[in-house]
Amino acid sequence: MATYLTQRLLLMIPTFIGITLIGFLIMRLAPGDPAELRAAGGLGAAGGAGISLEKRGAVDEAMAQWRAQYGLDKPLHVQYLVWIENLFTLKFGDSFKDSQPVWDKITERLPVTIKLNVWSIFVVYLVAIPLGIYSATHANSLGDQITTVFAFGFFAVPLVWAATMAIVFICGGDFYYLFPPGGLESLDFAEQWPLWKKIQDHAWHLFLPVVLLSYSGFAALSRYMRSSMLEVLGQDYVQVARAKGLKAKVVIFKHVLRNSLIPQVTLLADLLPGLIGGSVIIETIFSIPGLGQLGFESVLARDYPTVLALFTVSAVLTLIGILLSDLLLAVVDPRIAFGRRQQ
Amino acid sequence: MSPSSHTAQLQATEKPAGLENANLVDGLWSDVWRRFKHNRIALAGFYVVCLLTFMALCADFIANDKPYYLNYRGKGYFPILRSFLVGAKLAQWPAELLNVDFKRLQGARALYPPVPYRPTNINLLEPLEPPSAKHLFGTDKLGRDVAAGMIHGSRISLSIGFVAVGIALLIGVVLGAIAGYFGSWVDLAISRIFEIMLSIPTFFLLITIAALLPPSIFLTMTIIGATSWVGMARFTRNEFLRIRNLDYVTAAVALGVSDRKVMFKHILPNALAPVIVSVVFGIGGAILVESSLSFLGIGVPAELVTWGSILQEGSTTTFAWWLAVFPGFAIFITVLAYYLVGEGLREVLDPRLRGLR
Repeated sequence: MATYLTQRLLLMIPTFIGITLIGFLIMRLAPGDPAELRAAGGLGAAGGAGISLEKRGAVDEAMAQWRAQYGLDKPLHVQYLVWIENLFTLKFGDSFKDSQPVWDKITERLPVTIKLNVWSIFVVYLVAIPLGIYSATHANSLGDQITTVFAFGFFAVPLVWAATMAIVFICGGDFYYLFPPGGLESLDFAEQWPLWKKIQDHAWHLFLPVVLLSYSGFAALSRYMRSSMLEVLGQDYVQVARAKGLKAKVVIFKHVLRNSLIPQVTLLADLLPGLIGGSVIIETIFSIPGLGQLGFESVLARDYPTVLALFTVSAVLTLIGILLSDLLLAVVDPRIAFGRRQQ
Repeated sequence: MSPSSHTAQLQATEKPAGLENANLVDGLWSDVWRRFKHNRIALAGFYVVCLLTFMALCADFIANDKPYYLNYRGKGYFPILRSFLVGAKLAQWPAELLNVDFKRLQGARALYPPVPYRPTNINLLEPLEPPSAKHLFGTDKLGRDVAAGMIHGSRISLSIGFVAVGIALLIGVVLGAIAGYFGSWVDLAISRIFEIMLSIPTFFLLITIAALLPPSIFLTMTIIGATSWVGMARFTRNEFLRIRNLDYVTAAVALGVSDRKVMFKHILPNALAPVIVSVVFGIGGAILVESSLSFLGIGVPAELVTWGSILQEGSTTTFAWWLAVFPGFAIFITVLAYYLVGEGLREVLDPRLRGLR
């Protein structure tokens, strides 16, 4: 276990360098020099085109100063190292948009996104595992075929379409008003509301975003669960358990289920990138103030420090997620050979 | 032995040989097609894919503001065909048809395509019309016909699907082949690249790059392709790892065949089955990603009508349900068709692969 852990951690170093390099290169790829963009941001939309020579000089001086302050006058590799150092101390700089520290903006919105995604993961597993069990134990029956068709159907439904249909048909508009079209709490939300009313209001607002974020996940996961369970069902020990005369329920839930749940653990790491992408769409459509919305707004506003910080943070989090799920797998399943991801 | 029995014997020995030859000629693909045909759902998906490809190729003949045939002042014209020639600078419009609105020509008889509009026809007098006989799928804010926009938009969706997956295939197969063939530290190094691509939030990377660079379809295709090759690379790598230990590969290496030739001539054809499946799934996935991108209004130029851009308008003008229902359904059907074909192929080609991708 210790060797495995060290091996994994050592292998993570080049991966981490790769991720940060890509992030850094994207910032370089951006047309224009960050100092000029910042200056333009400070000057407003005019961008300094129509200002007098005297003021232009002042702007140039400020830009030079700013470049020196952020180390932009140094060679690229030094800049990269400085940026890495800042990364480790969580100094992501200030946003170009409103000069707020990027880290504060991220921590302010992080809880919302975490809430949304944790609920979604919960719903995904809650729906997918029983569906998978049903499909596998009733393999090739009519019910199994129907679940298969639905799984594929859901997998092919574009998230933007599902969200738009929800907005048009059941969120006010000209049709039904079953769910709110956006936000996380009602306009008249008050602290003095009784607890159950607060919970009710939250649940009402979270319901659609969570369902929309999770449906493609439960389609995929139920398929994986089905095939993993079918594989276990074909093993000799299951036949032995049956031959011993154990009840079908005991065989399924005590012997088969445990072993077929193991691979599902690692799928958590595979779900994460999809959930991050989905958060961007869902939070933008339902105007939920989370990281996804922040990311999209920052991308549109060309707020490079925020974009870069979000990119790196989510990549590193996913990397940690992959590592954790691999470790979890090694803990749960002693048969797992080292380096599952190399297989 | 009589001559007749001799010939009979000859025929008997020749016949199996002939059959074997027939099998060789038929090959894997006719066998795949024969078994694929038995899966009705997958076959239905395949027909939908063919239909969509046909629609994309013939978009100009299905939705066009010019007539197929025009009889004007006693002369016959084929305006759609002529517009191609004019576009290729092989012909010119006759003076009486230059810059005219064909629908307003006095005393002209014309045969129009089923949808007599182009997606670029702006008609500010008919904004946000609900579906009617005149506009089958209604109109958008600028009075553009939604059906025409969708028919021409299928070109963008399909070409993005094909080109993006082509790029992903190239990167994925080459990297996967190198990793699987050479193994050891090469494999370790390339697997790091896989891990990087798996950790990066692809969609976020995509919107970042797409928003930073000027909007263009080719760029969008390239970015989608460059961020979606990991699955194919891993499949290729696994197949190469398995196949390179087979005897025939060892024999080829022992005969002194070059590495490149062994990899791409001898191993690759046998490693293609799972890759082909992920190519088909990849096309569906790329179409989904493109629709999300154009929904968010990044990647493709703003004036271009795509399925995603119509859908985006539907999400802001909530009473205009037709803007949400039709383009979204088109994306859904297209993606589903590709997924069904992919799943059908997977069952035929490689039963060991499981799951949705």
